[in-house]
Amino acid sequence: MWIEALIAVTMASALVVFVAPNKVAAKLSFALSLLPLAGSLWMYSTYEASGNALLAGSELAFETQFRWVTAGPYGLNWHVGLDGISMPLVALTTVLTSLALLASWTPIDERQSQFYGLMLFLEASLLGVFSALDFFLWFVFWEMVLVPMYVLIGVWGGPRRKYAAIKMFVYTNIASLVMFIGFIALVFGLGDSVTTLDMPAIAQALRAGELGSLGPVGADALRTAAFVAMFAGFAVKVPVVPFHTWLPDAHVEAPTPVSIMLAGVLLKMGTYALLRFNFTMLPDVAQQNAQIIALFAVVSVIYGAMLALAQSDLKRIVAYSSVSSMGYVILGLVAYTLYGMGGATFQMVAHGLISGLMFMAVGVIYNTTHTRMVSDMSGLASKMPITVAVLVAGAFGYMGLPLMAGFAAELFIFLGSFGAFAGSVWFTAAAMFGIVVVAGYLLFAMQRTLFGTFEVETDYEVGPAAFHDVAPLVVLILLVILLGVDPNIFYTMIQDAVNPLVPAAGGGV
Amino acid sequence: MAYQLPTWMSLGPTLALAVTGLLLLVLDSITPDRTDRGLLAGTAALGSLVAVGLAGWYLLAGTGEEPIRLYQNSLVVDTMALFFAFVFASVTTLVVVASYDYMRDHSYQAEYYALVLLAATGMTLMAAANSLAVVFVSLELSSLPSFALVAILKRNRGSVEAGLKYFLIGALSSAIFVYGVSLVYGVTGSLLLPEIASSVGGTDLTGVLGIGVLMILGGFAYKTASVPFHFWAPEAYEGAPAPVSAFLSSASKAAGFAAAFRVFTVAFPVDQLVTGATAGVDWVLAAQVLAVVTMTLGNFAAATQDEVKRMLAYSSIGHAGYVLIGLAALTGGDDQLVLAGGMAHLLVYGFMNTGAFLFIALTEYWSVGRYFEDFNGLATQAPFACAVMTVLLFNLAGLPVGGGFMSKYFLFGAAVGAGFWWLAAVGAINSALSLYYYSRVVKAMWIEEPSGDFDIESKPAGLYAALVAAAVVTVLVLPGFGPVWQYATDAAAALVA
Repeated sequence: MWIEALIAVTMASALVVFVAPNKVAAKLSFALSLLPLAGSLWMYSTYEASGNALLAGSELAFETQFRWVTAGPYGLNWHVGLDGISMPLVALTTVLTSLALLASWTPIDERQSQFYGLMLFLEASLLGVFSALDFFLWFVFWEMVLVPMYVLIGVWGGPRRKYAAIKMFVYTNIASLVMFIGFIALVFGLGDSVTTLDMPAIAQALRAGELGSLGPVGADALRTAAFVAMFAGFAVKVPVVPFHTWLPDAHVEAPTPVSIMLAGVLLKMGTYALLRFNFTMLPDVAQQNAQIIALFAVVSVIYGAMLALAQSDLKRIVAYSSVSSMGYVILGLVAYTLYGMGGATFQMVAHGLISGLMFMAVGVIYNTTHTRMVSDMSGLASKMPITVAVLVAGAFGYMGLPLMAGFAAELFIFLGSFGAFAGSVWFTAAAMFGIVVVAGYLLFAMQRTLFGTFEVETDYEVGPAAFHDVAPLVVLILLVILLGVDPNIFYTMIQDAVNPLVPAAGGGV
Repeated sequence: MAYQLPTWMSLGPTLALAVTGLLLLVLDSITPDRTDRGLLAGTAALGSLVAVGLAGWYLLAGTGEEPIRLYQNSLVVDTMALFFAFVFASVTTLVVVASYDYMRDHSYQAEYYALVLLAATGMTLMAAANSLAVVFVSLELSSLPSFALVAILKRNRGSVEAGLKYFLIGALSSAIFVYGVSLVYGVTGSLLLPEIASSVGGTDLTGVLGIGVLMILGGFAYKTASVPFHFWAPEAYEGAPAPVSAFLSSASKAAGFAAAFRVFTVAFPVDQLVTGATAGVDWVLAAQVLAVVTMTLGNFAAATQDEVKRMLAYSSIGHAGYVLIGLAALTGGDDQLVLAGGMAHLLVYGFMNTGAFLFIALTEYWSVGRYFEDFNGLATQAPFACAVMTVLLFNLAGLPVGGGFMSKYFLFGAAVGAGFWWLAAVGAINSALSLYYYSRVVKAMWIEEPSGDFDIESKPAGLYAALVAAAVVTVLVLPGFGPVWQYATDAAAALVA
């Protein structure tokens, strides 16, 4: 019942904070967010499980399953549990939420109790997404994420927040429906062989080839169509070029803590779902179309990096770089090797930490200087040394400097995808070139903003940031380095869950 | 020591409502000049709560598992009758509690509460009616007080006009309905639903029967605000005091469906009239056309409204279209799930829609204004009420923040299971469209800058309590959908199994 407790405590905290007075909301929400944080760390330390949550023969941690609603031949189950893929993401969610709450103290200056309440509600929904193993339950949490996100961007965002919030809502909600139709088509195609929406049951039935035809649509066509529908649905969330246009708008308009959650955790929902649904349930379709999927991945990497290079707004630079980084994840997944899939999962966590760090650092700079334009500032390093040091370290992490989390992740992905399928050499090589562009735009931006003589076009006093602004940055950079130095903290766990998916290891199709 | 209650006690919820309604009139006539408002509202709330309690108790105790037939079989108390009695009594309680604040400065306090309770009495009877005569009488018993309730703000032109319009269309529809009943009686020689069923199969007068059945369907279309008898609804809901709108659009509509479900499944069985050997009256086809047209028209009209209350009125027409799937996807085979889907949706809808209209009552109480723009920035002043409204609206739209998602999912899923995937598809598309206009309200409340200069100081306790209760139940139905679905399937089984 630990997962239920985790979600329930977070949800209850959200309610408490929502009705609390504005004055205490910030500190209260942070204090309450330490509960799920401690809970997830405790769960992590006692984690005992093996195998992949969706495949037979695996043992899950903290699993509970019971019949929720009985409806004729179909029933709904409450089924939650964690494996090596979801455990790190649950931990990531709780860590980032607490830090994001801390990072909200300075920028959020109105309607605090509502803001912090919604942030905690968002956390609860995200925990549900990563732990639910019944499709229906999962979908409930999946859609529930949108509601607080919509309000968070729409109310506390920048000047074009209404446009950004609605664009985000419409894009991702339509994507969810497309995905829903694709998945439900699979369930109906399975006919009587599954009687629940239990994800493990469906995954195993699909992998065993029990899919029949649905009306005039044959089994093979149904597989492909459902794969495409689900891929399209999740690709918007990731986001994959060309479905990415909602992301920069949402990022730029969102307040800093919301950007942290968006880049750090929400984008992972997309790749997590791709891994769970497309790549676990229909591995043969994924492998047959590996080149097409890899093309999407590589285009996202290069195009995202190119777009980032062209930006003059620090936050936009970081936003587009997310498109690029998430492209690596897709490339790792489609490789279907232990390193590729493991690296992709590792990259989800690593990118969560690093992008959270970058958005937070940009937010701190913005709070101080009230501008984000690269051309408006230079020489910040002399005025806010700690912030700048962390930002530089984070950027190095983004570029994949050794002994940082990003390096481990990208190395694994490239090792895994190189030679994994026909033409993968070229795709990998092209993706690796993305690193060069990343290093280019990050160094270029930093050189112009952070170093040189101090000059900022603003009416505000520029000085060192407050302690509660810098503290989360330091925590994050320490985590990034920790994961880079000792990837095994998560990697053995991840490997154990990914291994059964890999054909060469005997677990494939 | 176990003892058996007398069988007439199975009408407990109905009796509780009726007695309370009459008691209110007595209380008022003792001291007509200075009747205590709190006493009246308290009595009404208590009476409807007793009805809720009795209905809930009977459901839990399984009273309706073996249908109890009363008065020569013209009333039948089964799980379905109790299920709907629970819905009506719950909505009545919410409306009564909310009315305490809303009706503060209006005259005719006692009459108002009495009318609400008597209308609710008629609704519970509709759900239990097993004879076309009783259906008609109870339909009138629930309609006549409603006309007066809509027009109760008698110095408000909108209210009076709405009442008149509602009354005229109601009278016309009643005439159509009762003429249909007479035709059916002429063909079958009976008014009792089971007896009609046993003689419709062998009749030669298929044409007369068909016209009769269609006219009866028309009568129900009026009561449920379905196309083509829907046009009174936006006017009446808009003009009526908001708690009355809540009452009409939730309880009254559900009553229409309750009676329609029973009449059409018991008296005009699909396997005789539609798919059987002597098939000739395809009322399922008519229901399909009604369902598709009703949900599409309701949703599109809702999307083009400028006023929030009218938007909710049209959206409630859209919801009537969803519930009509319960009739439109009947096949004569295993129909239990489809009917149960319709009933479960009515239960959830009873709470979420009542809640939404009660929020409108709250804004009317605050004189916020009627248009979407008037709601701009309301969340800065009343964040709690706006959060509750947001939950209710997203529920109505079918986002999974509460039972609204579950009931729609099961309703559409049952339709697909029965082979009517296209009905489910039209429903799902409409449901996706509805997110547009529901989120307009959310956007106005939370995201837009305040345009009006409203200052909300008073926090009416009754309205708040009812609003919160409605939202809490709506949300709790998401984890607690199991028992709801269980009772809904039991209720459906009483009709078709």
